[in-house]
Amino acid sequence: MPSDFYNIDSALSEEERAVRDTVHAFVDQHVLPVIGDCYVEGRFPKEIIPGMADLGMFGANLPEQYGCAGLNNVAYGLIMQELERGDSGVRSFASVQGALVMYPIYAFGSEDQKTHYLPKMASGEIIGCFGLTEPDYGSNPSGMITRAREQKDGSWVINGAKMWITNGSTAQVAIVWAKTGDDQSDKSIRGFIVPTDTPGFTAKDQKGKLSLRASDTSELVLQDVRLPATALLPKSGGIKSPLMCLTQARYGIAWGAIGAAQACYEEALAYAGNRVMFGKPIAGFQLQQQRLAEMLTELVKGQLLALHLGRLKDAGTFSPQQVSLAKRNNVSIATDIAREARRLLGANGILAEYSSMRHMANLESVYTYEGTHDIHTLILGQAVTGLNAFE
Amino acid sequence: MKIAVCIKRVPDMDVRFKIGSDNASIDETGLKFDINDFDAWAVEAALQLKEKNAGSDVTVISLGPDVVQETIRKALSMGADKGVQLKADRVPFDGLTIAKALSEELKAGAYDLILFGKMSPDSSNGAVGPMTAELLGFPCVTAISSLEITNGKGTAKRELEGAQEFVEFSLPAVLTVDEGLNAARYPSLKGIMAAKKKPLEVKPAQISNPQVRVRKLELPPERKAGRIVGEGAAAVPELVQLLQTEAKVL
Repeated sequence: MPSDFYNIDSALSEEERAVRDTVHAFVDQHVLPVIGDCYVEGRFPKEIIPGMADLGMFGANLPEQYGCAGLNNVAYGLIMQELERGDSGVRSFASVQGALVMYPIYAFGSEDQKTHYLPKMASGEIIGCFGLTEPDYGSNPSGMITRAREQKDGSWVINGAKMWITNGSTAQVAIVWAKTGDDQSDKSIRGFIVPTDTPGFTAKDQKGKLSLRASDTSELVLQDVRLPATALLPKSGGIKSPLMCLTQARYGIAWGAIGAAQACYEEALAYAGNRVMFGKPIAGFQLQQQRLAEMLTELVKGQLLALHLGRLKDAGTFSPQQVSLAKRNNVSIATDIAREARRLLGANGILAEYSSMRHMANLESVYTYEGTHDIHTLILGQAVTGLNAFE
Repeated sequence: MKIAVCIKRVPDMDVRFKIGSDNASIDETGLKFDINDFDAWAVEAALQLKEKNAGSDVTVISLGPDVVQETIRKALSMGADKGVQLKADRVPFDGLTIAKALSEELKAGAYDLILFGKMSPDSSNGAVGPMTAELLGFPCVTAISSLEITNGKGTAKRELEGAQEFVEFSLPAVLTVDEGLNAARYPSLKGIMAAKKKPLEVKPAQISNPQVRVRKLELPPERKAGRIVGEGAAAVPELVQLLQTEAKVL
């Protein structure tokens, strides 16, 4: 494979390679042939959900007792890499299902919630979304205004609005984060499992996106949504709980961005070898060689970063700040690689027939979501200086 | 039904091969290996039969060095029940040598059905399946593209030049699988995890003295560069003439 310049294959176990190969083949067969059209039409390819579920791609690093594959975190990362080699929207779908819905149910849910939801989510029978961000609270989720009020009988009533919610209109359940106290503190934030057919819950597709077009992005409105006591995730408590979910998802993004970068690099390399200008392939010109060399160098560094982060996560010694560094770097270099690939492809680079511009536009969302690039900069700044520069 | 599938680990054929220093084998450095496609379809056929016939059992067998265990585990991750490695330093070129080693193993297994790919793209002999059938004294149907088994009898289709042949056979039988029989499933992620826990037995292969050896391997000659005769309609007469007199294709 041209993008494995450092033979990173040799650093993977047989099982990790087998997982990668399965998802790679799936993406070749089921995603790449349709994704360009889906992007132009602005629709998520729902038809691939059963195939993804059959192969076990949802919550693949959660335990087998809940119907999941029980993979290690490197194998999980490789799934994200291969899915995003197809499209960031497809990877986002799997990230949300696994890391943002199945993970909080697994980490903060009761045994009843786990045994009820996790097997059905692994099999794709139930699709989930994650509602944390609000129209006025993105980088500062602690400021959220969505409120859940406990009633005398122990039930809950939720009011509020959530925005930029991946899978929002597709989902049968939403994990909604809300303040349960009256004060401004983020300590009362707790998570709820909200069936999307509950009266008062509405999801509206967000129109006019120029990025992640093959993905469902919706706005959620919760108006007097009444939920039984059992809807609460009992072990959730404070802003730390949703941030733990984001750490899981950001870990997957650090890998996913590498997949997008690989797709762009390989497309650019192949194109440069075939496109003849001034009597020779453009790959033979120094300007394009410099482009390819820079793309490859950043790609290899990002691959090694993702792999080592995965090994740390499997050893149980990784920190959220290390995840921030990898998400920040890998998405940033992937965005640059996609743009350079688009440029190398010349006029053809603006066509949906090629993937680079689609990835380039997608990655602008990935750059901004799950902690913006800038917020991760501040997380790292605080980690190394001990000084808070957020406010 | 007891089914055995004999599989081979082969290099990815979409690469430029280099010849090894012995001039009689390919240089394996940097090559990617996987299960032979024909063998993967044979595994798929066995798994489909297993799913239709409760209580069935699928064993995959591969002869070769320890690296073939990865190929066996791929078949296990697709859903086969157990694996057998017939351990040998290398895979002999001589089909009869391989067939003898396999038939020793297969005799003991009391299989109802033994499946092979119709050939492997690396050696292109297509000999091991029929030879194994002969050694076992079983009927053999080669290059099948459809398969039905009912009440201990089988029917299969073979694609011939310009015709299709429908054959009937009794069990136990040896079949070799052609393209078009099915599409092999991907190993699921759960299947990959489960494969690690399935039995994989390693036994020494009974390798007799090979009667056929590769003496020398050569790459095909480089193709000559094309020639542009001219441009536009004016060039057509000369092109036609050259195709008749020089290339002799018209």
